[in-house]
This record gives sequence, structure tokens and C-alpha cells, in this order.
Amino acid sequence: MSEQNANLSEYIPDVPEHTGFKKVVLELGVANHPGVMSHVCGLFARRAFNVEGILCMPVGSGETSRIWLLIFEDERLAKMIRQVEKLEDVLYVNQHDGEHPVFGRLDEFFK
Amino acid sequence: MQMTGADLIVKLLERQGISTIAGVPGGAALPMYDALSKSEQIHHVLCRHEQGAGFIAQGMARVSGRPEVCLASSGPGATNLITAIADAKLDSIPIIALTGQVPLSMIGTDAFQEVDTYGLTIPITKHNFLVRSAKELLTAIPAAFRIAMSDRPGPVLVDVPKDVQNQMVSFEEYPDVVVPDAAPSFDLGAIEEIAKMIEAAERPVLYLGGGVIHSGASQLAVTLAEQASLPTTMTLMALGAMPMDHPLSLGMLGMHGARYTNYVLEEADLLVCVGARFDDRAIGKTAEFCPNAKIVHIDIDRSELHKVKTAHVAIAGDVGQVLSELLPRVKPQLRKRWLSHVESLKSRFPLAMPGVDNPRSPYGLIHAVANCLDDSAIITSDVGQHQMWVAQAYPFRRARQWLNSGGLGTMGFGFPAAIGAALAEPERTVVCFSGDGSLKMNIQEMATAAQENVNVKIVLFNNQSLGLVHQQQNLFYGKRIMASRYERPTDFLKIADGFGMRAVDLDPAPNPRAVLAEALNTPGPCLIHATIDPNEFVYPMVPPGAANSEMIG
Repeated sequence: MSEQNANLSEYIPDVPEHTGFKKVVLELGVANHPGVMSHVCGLFARRAFNVEGILCMPVGSGETSRIWLLIFEDERLAKMIRQVEKLEDVLYVNQHDGEHPVFGRLDEFFK
Repeated sequence: MQMTGADLIVKLLERQGISTIAGVPGGAALPMYDALSKSEQIHHVLCRHEQGAGFIAQGMARVSGRPEVCLASSGPGATNLITAIADAKLDSIPIIALTGQVPLSMIGTDAFQEVDTYGLTIPITKHNFLVRSAKELLTAIPAAFRIAMSDRPGPVLVDVPKDVQNQMVSFEEYPDVVVPDAAPSFDLGAIEEIAKMIEAAERPVLYLGGGVIHSGASQLAVTLAEQASLPTTMTLMALGAMPMDHPLSLGMLGMHGARYTNYVLEEADLLVCVGARFDDRAIGKTAEFCPNAKIVHIDIDRSELHKVKTAHVAIAGDVGQVLSELLPRVKPQLRKRWLSHVESLKSRFPLAMPGVDNPRSPYGLIHAVANCLDDSAIITSDVGQHQMWVAQAYPFRRARQWLNSGGLGTMGFGFPAAIGAALAEPERTVVCFSGDGSLKMNIQEMATAAQENVNVKIVLFNNQSLGLVHQQQNLFYGKRIMASRYERPTDFLKIADGFGMRAVDLDPAPNPRAVLAEALNTPGPCLIHATIDPNEFVYPMVPPGAANSEMIG
């Protein structure tokens, strides 16, 4: 048991360094209606989790959409995915490695 | 059937069993108010500020455990609700916030009283809806109730444009009345493992959070503690889950917990966390919390598991269901050595309550109030020193007896929440402990309390300060007191009188206990005023960010 704290001051922790360099691709099945993208992107933005690339298109009859996210691997990723899975409009989340071809052939549109 | 969107909303609320709604009308909500005028089931409580309406809905939901509804107009009506919604999110309280919105065709034009309510409330709701046709109400309203009360409860907002409220909708049948989704299933292997860990542990501690209250599992938790002889600590949100005077109770842990409580946790070799989330005010510096303990974590929200502390065994499930499976597998034990050690820590480092016999001091006033009441009373508090004193010293003995703003720490919560509690359970006495800083933040609801004649007693700890700020400036900022003292006194007795609420003052009373007893036992709203010395501090205190073992005082 420690002595009474002699140096009385508030301790404010530093912001931890998070972002790594390895890329990860997330595949999200979502309900297709206005606002779903804000729910998903807002969740990443609030946690200062930088999303490098986003692709979203309706699937089949348009009841659902698929969102592809390109992000940097980060120690918080597993926690982040559990938060994304909690969103009411998110139906499933699959994690792929950064080499997944979905973003591969888009280079020519970003020249 | 054919009716307007507004009539459909009211019918769907009635079918969910809603009998009281708190709200404030305005232009974009008028069709809903018109529909309410035709309801024989729903009593509308007219609040004086939308934040009051949000907290009244919370007060009702916190005592009943089921979703309750608040109603506001667009623009400022919606933004005024936001604090109460965010508060419900952090404490996992099921409320449905209904807001009017400008007509669909005018959304995005900066129309009068237009604000992006949907966008504003994304991060502070469990889910939200912007309803684009009256037909959508048939799914959105039941979904709002289902989401609010399923799994980990939380607030849901439904934003309804005025033209959608007026639109006619035809349908064959009403949607079914919704019930909560089934809780996630869990692995019985993990339950066996937890039972073995409890059996093998020498110095286990049970750590209960608000999830135990939400799940209605406090009796099961107490039985587990008794069966396995587990000393039990509770978070601010869980007080009442185990009676404070239970021999196994360690009271509240954390920033203002008793010294022995934090010392017991420091020595634990197993921490069984049930429905809690390792909040920083409860655990202090994360790395130094329960440094020698294996951790078992049971919570219905999977994203809470391993969030702050990595658990050795974690189960995502309803804590009541998990405890029901765990109990028959846990071997009864006496654990004499550990319990007698806990007892010796308790007698060496008890919670000091100076002035407990003097009703003009904080602890003494709390005990004097408790002595006038039985366990049926509901206790709410605002946020600040008085809240911590009450959490430390009030003899809570049942779940849902104690309502307070734990996560968001909203000053102004206590009084409207008390009104909500009294509306939901009018046979009970509801006491709101408040401070002069907090009370002023929703003082306008005195008019609502007087109008509804609710049985709410405000016990006002008046130190003419923002006490906890004043305390922290004294302790951590070189006694430089900045903006935490109110230079001009406020005459709260006159204010209460002005709003039509009875008021008594304990200060000049020769026998304050008698005045208190009379005021608490007379039905109807009443303000009970008591002056408190601003230099009374809440101790012990863990400096923000420090380890729980580094308590001051």
C-alpha cells in the first residue's frame, strides 16, 4: 500500500501511437438506405481511425449494399470491428488482407 | 385501416404500453400533439425544457426497466434533447426520443428550425431513424422499441418530418407488439472454466456493474457471492444490487471508494466482473488495477470484452442467464482466511464519515434522510460532491432504488429523473439529492413537479459552489479558485415558492431532523434546503489518472 500521494497533480495520459503500415481490407454487408455510410464512417472518424479507401455499391435487388474499406492495420482493429458489428445496419464484417484485389484496378481513376 | 402518420405513431406507442410521455411541443411536432390530444391512454407531461423531458423519460425507464418516450420539436427542441440522449447512451438506458422535423421537401434548405437531427444523434444513440414515409413508421417505431430494449439497452431516436406526420397511410393490420430479442447464446465450457477458477482462487472478488441491474440479476449475483464467499464491490451504477449492509459488500470501488475496498481489489487473485465495463473512474490507472488478478468478464456487449482489460475468460451473454448456469456449478466455500483478511482491512481502513451524527454536515444529512425512509424510497442524485457522498453513505438495499448519471456525469439529471421516477411509481417517495450548481441546470422543472404534484423531495446541499471543481482546484491546482464559487447567493426558497413548490429550510430550524421528517413524510413536491460548508471535501479521492492505491484523505 503506497504512502499518501505527495505530489498531488492530475495525471493526463499521452495519446498513444496506433497506426501501423500494413494494410487491411474490410468487407461490410449493410442495409441500403440513406445514412448508413455516415454511421459507418462516423464510427471510424470518431476514433481517429483513418480510412484510406472506400467503395460502396448496392447488391442484387438493392435491399443491401456492400462497403469495402481499405485501412491501416492497427492494434485497435479487433476492437474497432466489434464496434462496427454492433451497428444496427451492418449485417456482417469480413476481414481480408491488404492484397485483396478489390482496390487493385482502381489506380487508373486516381492518376 | 387508414390514418395519418401522427395518429399511427400514437397508436403504436399505445400498443407498446406507453402511458406517459414527457415533451415540449413546437411547430414541426404539432401533428403528433394533435394526435396525442385524441389518446385516452397517454398522459402527456408538459416540461419546461426538452432536456427535462429527456431526463423524465430516463427516470421512468430507470425504475421500470422498459423503454419510455420523450417528445420534442425540430431544431432547438431536438438539440435540447441531446444531453439527455447522450446520458442514456452512456448508462445504457432504453428511451425513445421522438422529434418533429421540417417537411421532407424542405430538408437541407436551412428551413426555419431545421437542424440535422439524424446526423447530430448518430454518435449518441444506439440507433436512429429519419422516417421518409408514413408507411415506414409501421416498421421504424416497433424497431425503435426492439432495439432500445434488446441486448445492451440504449436510446433510439426517431425523427419524423411534419409532412410524414400528416401523410395518410393504409394498412391491413398493426405490426406485432415487440419484445426484446433473445440474448446471445454462450459456451457452457467457459462457464465450467469460470466455476473452476472461482474454486481455485484464494482471494477472489466479485465486481458488479449496471448490467446486473439492467438484467434483473441482482438476486443471482448475491447468491453467487454467498455460495462462493466472494467479497463484492459495486460500481456507481450497480449500487443496490447487493445491500450495502450485506456482510460480503465492499461498497463502491474507485475514485471515491473506501480505502479498504481499493486495497482488497489490489490483493485479489481473481476478479469476476459481471455487467461492468472497467470505467476509468472505477479502476483508476488501468495497468495498476487488480495487478495480481486473473480476470473473468461477463457482459452482454461483446465489444466491452477485452476493451480495457484483457480477460482470461470472457463470456458475451445476458448476465442473468450466465449466472443461472454458473450457480449450480460453483462449489460452496467458506474462505475463512480471505474473508477475515478482508474484515481486518475493513476495520483498519474503513470509510471515514466525519459528522455522521450531525444533520448539518453532508454524511449526517444523508443518514438523517435515510432514517426517515424505508427501502421502498427511490433515491436520485445530481452530479458532484453530494452524489459521491450519497453513493458512499446511503444504505441502498435493492436494485433500481438508486438513479444517477454515471457515465456522462450530467449536472441537472437528478431532479427531472426524480419526477420521472415518481410518475412511473407514484406510490413511492422519491428523494433527489442535489447541489446548488446542479439544481440550477434544470430548476425550471419545479414548475412541472408542481403541476404534476409528484411526490419528489429535493434535498439541496447548498455550498454556493461547484463543489467538486472547487475541491479539485484546491487539491490539484494550487488552491487557485477559478469560476467555482458563486459570488451572489441564490434564494432557492423563493424560487421554489415562485414555481408553486413547497420549500423548507433546515438552517434556522432548532430541530432539523424533525423538519426533515415532516417534509419527507408529507406527500407532494418539496424543496428541503441545507447549507453545507464549501470546504467539506469528498474523501478518499484517487487523483484523476492515478492508480486506485494512491488515494488522498
